[in-house]
Amino acid sequence: MTAMREFYGGIHPDSFKLDTAGKSIKKAFIPKRVVVPLLQHTGSPAEAVVKAGDTVKAGSLIGKAAGYVSGNVHASISGKVAKIAYSETPVFSRVLSVWIESDGARQEPDAVEQVDAAAFPKEKLLEIIREAGIVGLGGAAFPTHVKLSPPKDKPIHTVILNGAECEPYLTCDERLMIENPREIAKGLEIVAKILDAKNVYIAIEDNKPLAIQAMKKQSSEYRARSAGCKIEVAVLKTKYPQGAEKQVIKALLDREVPERGLPMDVGCVVQNVGTVFAIYEAVYLKKPLIERVVTISGPCMAQPANVKVRVGTLLRDMVDYLGGFKKEPQKIIIGGPMMGITQYTIDVPLTKRVSGVLFFPKEEIREDREDVCIRCGRCVDACPMRLSPTTLMHRVKKENFLEAKNLGIVDCYECGACAYICPAKIPLLDYMKFGRAKLKTVC
Amino acid sequence: MDENLIVSVGPHIKDTATTKGIMWAVVFSLIPAGIAGVFIFGINSLYAMMISITTAVLTETAVLAFRKTEVSAALDGSAVLTGLLLAYNLPPGAPLWLPVVGSVFAIAIGKQVFGGLGHNIFNPALAGRAFLMVSWPVYMTSWQNPRWVPDAVSTATPLAILKEASRGGPGLNYQPPPFGYIDLFLGNRGGCIGEVCVAALLIGAAFLFLRKIITWHIPITYISTVALLSRMFNGRAGFFSGDALFFILTGGLALGAFFMATDYVTSPLTAKGRIIFGLGCGILTFVIRKFSGYPEGVSYSILIMNSAVPLIDKYTHPKWFGKK
Repeated sequence: MTAMREFYGGIHPDSFKLDTAGKSIKKAFIPKRVVVPLLQHTGSPAEAVVKAGDTVKAGSLIGKAAGYVSGNVHASISGKVAKIAYSETPVFSRVLSVWIESDGARQEPDAVEQVDAAAFPKEKLLEIIREAGIVGLGGAAFPTHVKLSPPKDKPIHTVILNGAECEPYLTCDERLMIENPREIAKGLEIVAKILDAKNVYIAIEDNKPLAIQAMKKQSSEYRARSAGCKIEVAVLKTKYPQGAEKQVIKALLDREVPERGLPMDVGCVVQNVGTVFAIYEAVYLKKPLIERVVTISGPCMAQPANVKVRVGTLLRDMVDYLGGFKKEPQKIIIGGPMMGITQYTIDVPLTKRVSGVLFFPKEEIREDREDVCIRCGRCVDACPMRLSPTTLMHRVKKENFLEAKNLGIVDCYECGACAYICPAKIPLLDYMKFGRAKLKTVC
Repeated sequence: MDENLIVSVGPHIKDTATTKGIMWAVVFSLIPAGIAGVFIFGINSLYAMMISITTAVLTETAVLAFRKTEVSAALDGSAVLTGLLLAYNLPPGAPLWLPVVGSVFAIAIGKQVFGGLGHNIFNPALAGRAFLMVSWPVYMTSWQNPRWVPDAVSTATPLAILKEASRGGPGLNYQPPPFGYIDLFLGNRGGCIGEVCVAALLIGAAFLFLRKIITWHIPITYISTVALLSRMFNGRAGFFSGDALFFILTGGLALGAFFMATDYVTSPLTAKGRIIFGLGCGILTFVIRKFSGYPEGVSYSILIMNSAVPLIDKYTHPKWFGKK
């Protein structure tokens, strides 16, 4: 049993996870129509390989990756391609998408159990992952085959499974660990094999005891199977943003990713639970990434739940399937309440990036007036990157962007802990985003 | 439904603490000391407090109106806090126009001239006290005994007696009431209205610690520094023979260390900066007490350290994550 580990800073919001943490993941909802954007990942959009009128089967390729940092896109239901047209998306604004109408045919992709998958060589495993269109399901949606191919001069010795899930309300990763620990462990083995990593950690926050238990059982079986590989379930102190890559590495290994750097700079690769599960499905069941678990919650939901969502399901259809609203929502957030992105319409498809959808009614929405900074220093205490948000805020206000850069604003990853804790209700995150965006154009 | 959807930048949940809440919590924490001040020195203390607070709020309202900014900010608790602290820094027998003048100065010059809340460099209450001290030194150093002492009027504070004695003045023949540690702790001595009852101040400080409004960095560093230096240099039997407990219980150290040096606006942003600040206050308090013409050095040491805060902040800016 390892001692509780943590990083500097952080905040402790109420978790609101009890609404969905105790319920098992609902079976996949097969919608009558899906809108599958060709850009759901970080990188270049995929190119459509189907046209209007084509018949597609669930799991067939509809968009081919364009370039190295790009991802394949597959049909998530069987049916006919209605049109290739622009659609709203939760994050990227309007994107060219494949609109598919179901034709009642068999909706399950052909899944063939590959029992000998464990013996596949690295290159084959990487190719399977690339073909399956797997991207990071923690939110950034970075193409996984690229992430698992670090340059030769950055050897990887540690693979970390990120089971922290620090955002309030979200429980999709937690439920996956409780219900499918075996599959996750197998997926993790594949990742470790591809990277030749000697150490494997499973990082879980201490507010998820059932998940910790389930993964601990898996880790002892894993240890028995793989000689020479060190595997450990590490319990991390619950606080936001423990789930950020850099904070997981800091808490686990007490190493800091250098400024403007990446985890590979300290020999680590961090993977989200959902991503690793998708890797298992791709390698062992030959199933491409066409569905993922999403937490649909918030005070407006009649029945908040975790549900397996087919990529491209319209949010409106999903809400109807789950029993609709008990209160009219005034805020729709895709993601968690800290870093989530508010939507201007409910007519958006749920893409690979979406791990949670929250609906808030009018009474839960705060409209705080910005007051003057009283230099209390709470933001400095809260910032996980040890920046001084109030100092940066003042620089950005005076448009001293270069000074803000010299004080580290580029390393802010916009977690929002500073704005959360500020008693003067200063919209610190707005200032951080503005300053960082401005720096991208100025220098 | 789409027309009603609110789109905003996160975070979409926030902590419930507010500036107003914090200010009023500090005012609340000072109530025990106020009650003690009235109990020990009489009803005049209460009049001084009320007049000081009222003047402070009225002054702030007037200046905010003149500046054409949000007048309701006068009731955010900060003016009330300044008024209260100024009253706590007055001797009990002071004429009641003293807190009026002091509050006007504290708010108008000590705070509003710099730009109002958040912009002032010096602690406003201490700026007010310093102004009164320099302008009316006799009123500001005419002390009273606690109500129950037979000779209720005109005495000296423990530190003043020490200062007189060290100069070989009349203090040598003066017979003050005996000052045991308990007397000093409970306030059975001369001094300012809000500074004498250390016990009441500690109760208030405990409340602030529990609510996480203040941290240990400034007050503990400040007090420990004074204690250590007093022990080393303030004794009659050479090095390390000083009565540390006496020196941390006397003067306005408890009031200053827990309630005035810890003022957010005028103290550093980081933990390291706060420790340096506390250290500086401690050293200066000791130096002023031992070597200067004043028996007490808390208010001036805090004001001097206030002026050093921008420099401290600059050089204690955190070395952020991953910085080489």
